Amino acid sequence: MASSFLSSGIIQPLPLRSPDKPQTLFDHLKTTSTFLGSTSKLRSVSLSKPNLPNPHRRSTVVAVSDVLKEKKTKSAASSSQLLITREEGLELYEDMVLGRAFEDMCAQMYYRGKMFGFVHLYNGQEAVSTGFIKLLKKEDCVVSTYRDHVHALSKGVPARAVMSELFGKATGCCRGQGGSMHMFSKEHNVLGGFAFIGEGIPVATGAAFTSKYKREVLKEDCDEVTLAFFGDGTCNNGQFFECLNMAALWKLPIVFVVENNLWAIGMSHLRATSDPEIWKKGPAFGMPGFHVDGMDVLKVREVAKEAIQRARRGEGPTLVECETYRFRGHSLADPDELRDPAEKAHYAARDPITALKKYIFDNKLASEAELKAIEKKIDEVVEESVEFADASPPPPRSQLLENVFADPKGFGIGPDGSYRCEDPKFTEGTAHV
Amino acid sequence: MWGTMRQRVSYLALSRTRPVVYASRSYASGPKQMTVREALNTAIDEEMSADPKVFLMGEEVGEYQGAYKISKGLLDKYGPGRVIDTPITEAGFAGIGVGAAYHGLKPIIEFMTFNFSLQAIDHIINSAAKSNYMSAGQISVPIVFRGPNGAAAGVGAQHSQCFAAWYGACPGLKVLVPYSSEDARGLLKAAIRDPDPVVFLENELLYGQSFPVSEEALDSSFSLPIGKAKIEREGKDVTIVTYARMVDYSLQAAEILAKEGISAEVINLRSIRPLDRSAINASVRKTSRLVTVEEGFPQHGVGAEICMSVIEESFDFLDAPVERIAGADIPMPYAANLERMALPQIDDIIRAAKRTCYRSAPKAAAA
Repeated sequence: MASSFLSSGIIQPLPLRSPDKPQTLFDHLKTTSTFLGSTSKLRSVSLSKPNLPNPHRRSTVVAVSDVLKEKKTKSAASSSQLLITREEGLELYEDMVLGRAFEDMCAQMYYRGKMFGFVHLYNGQEAVSTGFIKLLKKEDCVVSTYRDHVHALSKGVPARAVMSELFGKATGCCRGQGGSMHMFSKEHNVLGGFAFIGEGIPVATGAAFTSKYKREVLKEDCDEVTLAFFGDGTCNNGQFFECLNMAALWKLPIVFVVENNLWAIGMSHLRATSDPEIWKKGPAFGMPGFHVDGMDVLKVREVAKEAIQRARRGEGPTLVECETYRFRGHSLADPDELRDPAEKAHYAARDPITALKKYIFDNKLASEAELKAIEKKIDEVVEESVEFADASPPPPRSQLLENVFADPKGFGIGPDGSYRCEDPKFTEGTAHV
Repeated sequence: MWGTMRQRVSYLALSRTRPVVYASRSYASGPKQMTVREALNTAIDEEMSADPKVFLMGEEVGEYQGAYKISKGLLDKYGPGRVIDTPITEAGFAGIGVGAAYHGLKPIIEFMTFNFSLQAIDHIINSAAKSNYMSAGQISVPIVFRGPNGAAAGVGAQHSQCFAAWYGACPGLKVLVPYSSEDARGLLKAAIRDPDPVVFLENELLYGQSFPVSEEALDSSFSLPIGKAKIEREGKDVTIVTYARMVDYSLQAAEILAKEGISAEVINLRSIRPLDRSAINASVRKTSRLVTVEEGFPQHGVGAEICMSVIEESFDFLDAPVERIAGADIPMPYAANLERMALPQIDDIIRAAKRTCYRSAPKAAAA
């Protein structure tokens, strides 16, 4: 398995497009104008080819991992080789249903006025979060963007803590001070929740740096891995490239997970990016780049396993592009008018939860009744979290000025009221040079 | 031994009403002279030696021994795992520092000058300063961003801005502005040990200057409190509040004013955020006149904040309007004579002090 990854040097990517598929549409756009002035141009182009609702995306996507290719050629009948056990299947199903039910409840609560500000929902992308995060240990870190509710839930932050945070109550995971876009949990190693796209990538790289530092400088036994989640729009941002460079340069234990849902608010990925195949940017910096069908949790999980093992072994970073789709608008305030209904329908038919359900039934891993029981349980969890959040108090006035600094008064004054620098313990361990 | 050292540290550093005058650098309270560069170098060295979680990251800090030789010798001593040369990616490595600080390490991030910090300001403000608040205390960020700030000599507009006011406006940051070697040592050590993000604004022109340092300051456990100003020179007629390189000019101006019968009290702020409002106000209540001196741009500057603080708390004590001296409201020119005109000079401070004492003096210098 290790031989299929080159730890240094550039991996030649496997050709993705089947040779018989013509590229005329892409060239046509290129010759008429280099600026696609509007998304409607893309839409009119796509409607003229009814068989391929979106000609730039393959309708069946193959995960490009070398390992999977080996697996497929090795196994005589791939259907006889199950990718998950029953327990894993149920765990994955439960996590995805939790993500979906929670986000649907958020929408309801928003329209009822319980939640406010910017709320970005994750419907449709659950396979990516579940596929990756369920492979992590508690010490591993997750860094996300503003679309972070489900990442926090998958990592183990209780649903009631996230819901209270969204309602702005004192019992939220950040005591109501963070909000929808800033989910932090030290206990579960969720390092945020960042509103600026691209901001989370260097922070994630820093957490990975810490892991390597602990191992090499502090000589601790540390194999923590960090996952950085971000979208297609972020892949055009300078910080993304800066971090790909440094992560590969220093072989940091990080996986860069691109949730390519094709849209950055109303800006189509194809209108914004010179080379829309994001996975290619990995080999350009000396790390493997993979493209995977992000609507299929099992495929995501396979690729994720490889990438995370690679990082744990100290072989460095990986870039994984997950082709996925968000069923709702960019945020709850987005009217979502620019996206083609045919495209939406195409992806709705590939709902990851339905796909996993089908896999479970086809392989007789669980019965309909068991899955229904899980759904009911999740509904109850989400209902309970809403009740809890409703019943929780808003933050008290005294909380307004708290937590600006870790040291209580910000003057270098410790909890006992005197200057920290006078405390002998402050200077404990100072060495003589 | 520890008991006496504690007493002496508090005696020297905290007391504001001691009659000892540190007015001119020709007085040596201890036999040793140390440049600011050495002070910073030894401070970082000692802190890295004391705590293995402290590491230094920046451009040219390792093999080049530091762009201004502040980190000389550190690579050889601590190895490339702890003194890390980065590619030219301020946003990237500032963010990496913040992420490492989130997760338990104590980074010192060096910017070659604070002008370059603009490329990383998103991380300083949004992911460092605000995180303790946004996470309700779960995630503290024990990071230090340091580097030279303000004007140097003939380096042009993009290398000469003073960022004290910009960073000083942001809650969640501590902003320190050392002047002497003792300031540099004590404040940098306090900053590295502090659990919050600290912006440590040094000055390139001060790096090579020597100052006397006391025995206490040489001890490896020395540190200064954050948020306390220092009265560099006692006086009773007018208060001059200033920081960094302008402390030097103010002290020289105070000497000249003394010969003309005006006794000026010079306060070295040492810390822009938290601002030592009580020291400033106590001084103004004593002298009734205030002049603020800074190198940065005048609009929304440090002087404006100090003036407002005095109006809020000590308005009745003022005998004259507050005078604010700042750099000219222009990008820094290159020509040497224009650069001189764009920065406060000792004459400007003297004239402003005289104006507050109603000894008339023209507002603008002759060209």
